[in-house]
Amino acid sequence: MMKKVRRILSALLTVSMMFSLCACHGTKGLKEFEIPESFDTSRQYEISFWAKNDTNITQVEIYKKAISDFEALYPNIKVNMRIYTDYGKIYNDVITNISTNTTPNVCITYPDHIATYLTGSNTVIPLDELFVDEKYGLNGSEIKYDAPSFDEIVPKFINECKIGEHYYAVPYMRSTEALYINKTYIEQMGYEIPEVMTWDFVWEVSEKAMETDSDGNYKVNGQKVMIPFIYKSTDNMMITMLKQLDAGYSDNDGNIMIFNDTTKSLLFEISKHAKTGSFSTFKISSYPGNFLNAGQCLFAIDSTAGATWMGSKANHHDIAEDKVVEFETEVLPIPQFDVNDPYMMSQGPSICVFNKADSQEVLASWLFAQFMLTNDVQCAYSETEGYVPVTSKAQESAEYLDYLSKASPDDPDHYDIKIKAAKLLLDNTDHTFVTPVFNGSASLRDASGQLIESVTKSERRKETVDDAYMEKLFKDTASLYHLDQHRANTTESLDKKDLGKLPGPSVALIVTLIVVWLLLGGDYLYGFIIGRKKK
Amino acid sequence: MKKVLALICALSLVLALAACGGKDGASEAKSEGVMTYAEYVAAALDSEVTIEAYVQAHQSWWDDKVTVYAADKDGAYFMYNMACSEDDAAKLTPGTKIKVKGYKSEWSGEVEIVDATFEFESGNYVATAKDVTSFLGKDELKDYQNQFVSFKDMTVSAVSYKNGEPGDDIYVNFTKDGQEYYFCLEYYLNGSDTNFYNQVGNLVEGQVCDVEGFLYWYEGPNPHITKVTVK
Repeated sequence: MMKKVRRILSALLTVSMMFSLCACHGTKGLKEFEIPESFDTSRQYEISFWAKNDTNITQVEIYKKAISDFEALYPNIKVNMRIYTDYGKIYNDVITNISTNTTPNVCITYPDHIATYLTGSNTVIPLDELFVDEKYGLNGSEIKYDAPSFDEIVPKFINECKIGEHYYAVPYMRSTEALYINKTYIEQMGYEIPEVMTWDFVWEVSEKAMETDSDGNYKVNGQKVMIPFIYKSTDNMMITMLKQLDAGYSDNDGNIMIFNDTTKSLLFEISKHAKTGSFSTFKISSYPGNFLNAGQCLFAIDSTAGATWMGSKANHHDIAEDKVVEFETEVLPIPQFDVNDPYMMSQGPSICVFNKADSQEVLASWLFAQFMLTNDVQCAYSETEGYVPVTSKAQESAEYLDYLSKASPDDPDHYDIKIKAAKLLLDNTDHTFVTPVFNGSASLRDASGQLIESVTKSERRKETVDDAYMEKLFKDTASLYHLDQHRANTTESLDKKDLGKLPGPSVALIVTLIVVWLLLGGDYLYGFIIGRKKK
Repeated sequence: MKKVLALICALSLVLALAACGGKDGASEAKSEGVMTYAEYVAAALDSEVTIEAYVQAHQSWWDDKVTVYAADKDGAYFMYNMACSEDDAAKLTPGTKIKVKGYKSEWSGEVEIVDATFEFESGNYVATAKDVTSFLGKDELKDYQNQFVSFKDMTVSAVSYKNGEPGDDIYVNFTKDGQEYYFCLEYYLNGSDTNFYNQVGNLVEGQVCDVEGFLYWYEGPNPHITKVTVK
């Protein structure tokens, strides 16, 4: 009888354990990755690599060459590339694939996005141990190519890949924002371009450029169209302005601090210029480069990674040839509030490695990710745009230094605007910054840009932009991007939150555990009584 | 007297038929508070607009937004990233009548309605492709912006994938009378039609084709093609 009871109890315990496992994980979690003792070269691996290019076929070709060079070194690893032109699309696709355990092996991404991927169980590999692994770590003894050591990755850039206590990515390329200026027109207006650009200068010249003649043509260009100042990424615009003013945005704990008085005053200033038509955005008007090259814009702020689209002699034009006007292009760091304490955004792709059930497959993925840091890949890719290599090993290589020395307006491979843009970042790496990364930081970034887009649209639509408007804008934006919920999740109010009904498996688990403990108790009591009787 | 009455009746019948909207050319009466196409064209940029139109096609739904090509019998409209649930997006089949409220905007020459919301209405109309070949290279072509149009006897001059490989937009250049024009197979409009995607990807320089599509604009005409007939 007791044997039967014990068997039943044992079965119940097993079932309860299964329930507890199910209840703990909404999706199938992966085991933590452990570095294999050695890489099994007798097996074939097929890994997927989701890459991003800037609608630049040369970049696609460089990825292809990198894959082919890597496969030649590791014939047992086949890399299948899927190419994107939009970080947002990669992010959405990864999120969709996490739930089905079909993430790529290696992926170009942003740390903000990784923070969201990390909400899955062991989804992204922490790279700390891989970095220092003697055999397969950065420039490890078993690596078949000349990889950089940890110390040869620019510290500022590798630190951007740290989320919490761990590194979850390696930097791939870095860029910043640049101010592309129509120097010819500005000097014709009687202004001299300052060494360090200020917001005051940009706003003043932009307003002056709105003057028209009796035919309604803008005096500065003799055309019917002029938007003196266009910003490509309004997310960056708001974030950088707040940073320059040492105002709140968010902190490392994920507290949202953007809805403050400084933000409000910046929005009032921006709206003033949106009202006169002297300021617009990419989302509202179009690419800054299109207007700049047509002589319809004086100040265009875009990524240094967009430098090949800027200037009369740009490598790429989206506008008709006969619309391009001749002018001298100046490239400067973005405008500052304090010329003695400049700040600019550090941006650009990083690479993360996703976890898989097969640790050998993960190791194969890491070998490929690390290969992307080799000099050949770093130099070739950075030279396609105003990117800079992320390793000092590549930055200081003879090939790269030779490239930087050959700037010319007439040589597409050494287009001077592109090289000026890259040098801008090389000279200002210490002045770059990134924002805190947490689950929800990507939404906060979107919201910060939306604030500028909203006031700009409202002024164009002749709506009233006043204090009441700002209050409503803050409230609506917080709600739209779930920042009000996020704040609730990261503060003391969490314990007051209604978590809703318990899920079915959890209820079943609790009931089973109660039943098991009751039976165990009964069994113990039964044994105790029988024992006493025997005595 | 009877003759006069008969004449009046006949005339009123003709006028009534005209008002109801013939298949070609005649304008359609709009609901109260809704702009005619002419009023929409005249509306200033950044002003609020309300239009009624019939869906002709839409791009892939995503994140509660959908981009719609729509037309009435007088002209066409492009609704960019219109607020829309996934269920409603599935109902936006060609011909479906919708009433749209949003703001008139222009992005790189493309006149569109942004920040729009919509509601379904009863009615159905699918436009036939208007041959605008003769307007290529002329300013008048812009008058047909966003309409479902056709171009005859166009010669393929270049075909390239946006990414250098299949999986995104395909850029197709055609020449006509020595002038080159830039067309695009918009990936999100094409959807899952792999046959058409492959057909366009495999076009060869020198082939002469009739082309149909929506007259999108990006720094000049940039039709989003939906059908290519190789001659």
